[in-house]
Amino acid sequence: MTVGQLLFIVVSAATLLSALITVINRNLFHAALWLIATLFGVAALFVLLEAGFLAAVQVLLYIGAIATLIIFAVMLTRRLMTETREAVNSEWWLSAALAGVLIVLLIAIIGRVPAWASTAPQADVSGSIAELGQALVSPDLYVLPFELASVMLLVALIGAIIIAREGRR
Amino acid sequence: MDLLKDPLVFLYLQIEATLRSAGLAPELVNVAMQLIGVVVVATFCLLLIIFTTWLERKVVARMQDRLGPNRAGPFGILQSIADVIKFLTKEDLMPTGADRWVFNIAPLMAVIAVLLIWAVIPFSWNVIGTNVNIGVIYVVAVGAFGTLSILMAGWGSNNKYALLGAFRVVAQLISYEVPMILALLVPVLLARSMRMNDIVMAQGVWFIVLAPIAALIFFITSLAEVGRTPFDLLEAESEIVAGYHIEYSGMKWALFMLAEFLHAFTISALFATLFLGGWRGPGVGDLNRPGIPILGVVYFLIKSFLVYFVVMWVRGTLPRIRIDHMLAFCWKFLTPVALVNISVMAVVDKLIPATAGLWGRAGILLLTNLVMGAGILIAVAMVAHRARQREAALLAQAEALPATVGTAR
Amino acid sequence: MLQEYIFIGLFLLIGVIFPAAPLLVSWLVRPKKPNPLKSETYECGIETVGDTWVQFKAQYYIFALVFVIFDVETVFLFPWAVAFDQLRLFMVLEMVLFIAILAAGLIYAWRKGALEWM
Repeated sequence: MTVGQLLFIVVSAATLLSALITVINRNLFHAALWLIATLFGVAALFVLLEAGFLAAVQVLLYIGAIATLIIFAVMLTRRLMTETREAVNSEWWLSAALAGVLIVLLIAIIGRVPAWASTAPQADVSGSIAELGQALVSPDLYVLPFELASVMLLVALIGAIIIAREGRR
Repeated sequence: MDLLKDPLVFLYLQIEATLRSAGLAPELVNVAMQLIGVVVVATFCLLLIIFTTWLERKVVARMQDRLGPNRAGPFGILQSIADVIKFLTKEDLMPTGADRWVFNIAPLMAVIAVLLIWAVIPFSWNVIGTNVNIGVIYVVAVGAFGTLSILMAGWGSNNKYALLGAFRVVAQLISYEVPMILALLVPVLLARSMRMNDIVMAQGVWFIVLAPIAALIFFITSLAEVGRTPFDLLEAESEIVAGYHIEYSGMKWALFMLAEFLHAFTISALFATLFLGGWRGPGVGDLNRPGIPILGVVYFLIKSFLVYFVVMWVRGTLPRIRIDHMLAFCWKFLTPVALVNISVMAVVDKLIPATAGLWGRAGILLLTNLVMGAGILIAVAMVAHRARQREAALLAQAEALPATVGTAR
Repeated sequence: MLQEYIFIGLFLLIGVIFPAAPLLVSWLVRPKKPNPLKSETYECGIETVGDTWVQFKAQYYIFALVFVIFDVETVFLFPWAVAFDQLRLFMVLEMVLFIAILAAGLIYAWRKGALEWM
């Protein structure tokens, strides 16, 4: 058991635990905070995979922007201080059955993997950010999806503004 | 590696050699050395706070034609220590209905968010926490934790005013983050790298000469990110009653204040690193040239304190800006200017021939910035002129109406 | 490359311990005499009126939304800036097109009054 493996196990366990608490927590604001802990765990996993840029982007976008957005949205529509919701509803047995089937399927599929790698694959990632930048604007790589992504962001912005303004009238 | 020329690295190597000869495994020695480095940087930050709070109070006091603290010790230098003792012994009140965990963790997160930035700031070419390859974006990402701590503080206090104050602060912080990141992109562009030490080493000519508009935008947006005057609407006592840390007392409040002062000095250090050449100066040397590395630390501190003096100067001089003016300034002026700035800088930098050399490139980029600055001022003047004309037209229209009031008897 | 992050990981650990230490000292040293009057939430010195729930303006949410869009845009700009040396001019112009499309979005938001503070 190398240090890398131990670290991976600890970080994954923490992330999964945070995700679990996010889902079963009764207080909405606490759930949002545990979501932030989960996202931070995912960023740590990115670091373990030597994708430092993605880890920073994860923290910057997910925790800095989207988690803030979620907290704003929750605070705008709920009486957070006093409200706690029931964690389960009346059809919980159906969801439990479906989740059990899914777990069995997943274990069956993953169990078929022939060889388990004990360490992360070694790759030379020293120039990875520059390669990513080149790939984004290179005509034979990803420039078309990249420009379409900008159009998609524009559409999202316009759509959100239209919807938000209709609510205010 | 003389003791005189490079004491820090000398000590580091000595300790490492001692640990290794004590028989520890090499990975453990590595981790131990990193830990020592972490403790040194963190302690340096905390000691810095004690000094800068005193400095700030003295300087701002002099600007306001008064003396500042002068009772506790000669020139009041023990004032900060007296304050720390006071904070340690104050009772810690928690309002009824406050959420314990969230209320207690918020000040810790505020300090962590600022402290983590110091891991990537280069003190000299061989004295840096870690020259990680995501240096600049790491700095921005860590700032995101700060906004989170404010939301937690506001919500955890069970107080409407704290919540309202927290919302307004977060709106201000996230608005000013966009032009800040766009302005930070310019040194990354000019140095072709996100590593902080690489950016310093690429500053043969300081980046403030190559990109003055970006430097100005970064300075203004950093002031807004810290929440200092003229952007301190949200924690001024006469405004929304001390905002999101209204319910905090004792050491927890002291931690918020510590985070704010440290953040102010951190942005000065960042500005010095990214735009004023960091540790560069005569006689320091480099990876490739011999020199006196400890001078790099001295230059870095001098530059940071100079920028911090300008920050204090701005605080002592300018009045507070109203929140709607503040947000309009960000979204309607700074963001478009920053977008135009990065686009123009990128295109011009690509077009500069490689034969221009260091100073040729500097000259061309400086010229571009001056032209852009002139263009922006002209555009603003035209918009203002048109707005004034419209107002005058409205006024003339209002006066042209027949005066019917008061003539009927 | 993972080596570089050990410092940050340790810094996170120390960053939690360093502020917690004075908190601990304070907890040991300070007086603890809670009474109902001291524990009331502050409302300019009078009794609090109503729950801790205020009608929040939707404007906060719109600002956060516009911020998310522009944050995503700036994230795309970072690898492009790092790879600048290997790019040709038209690649730079492609990115300028990207920025221009999102600037058009900003102008739309401006004209539609989404950036007003009410």
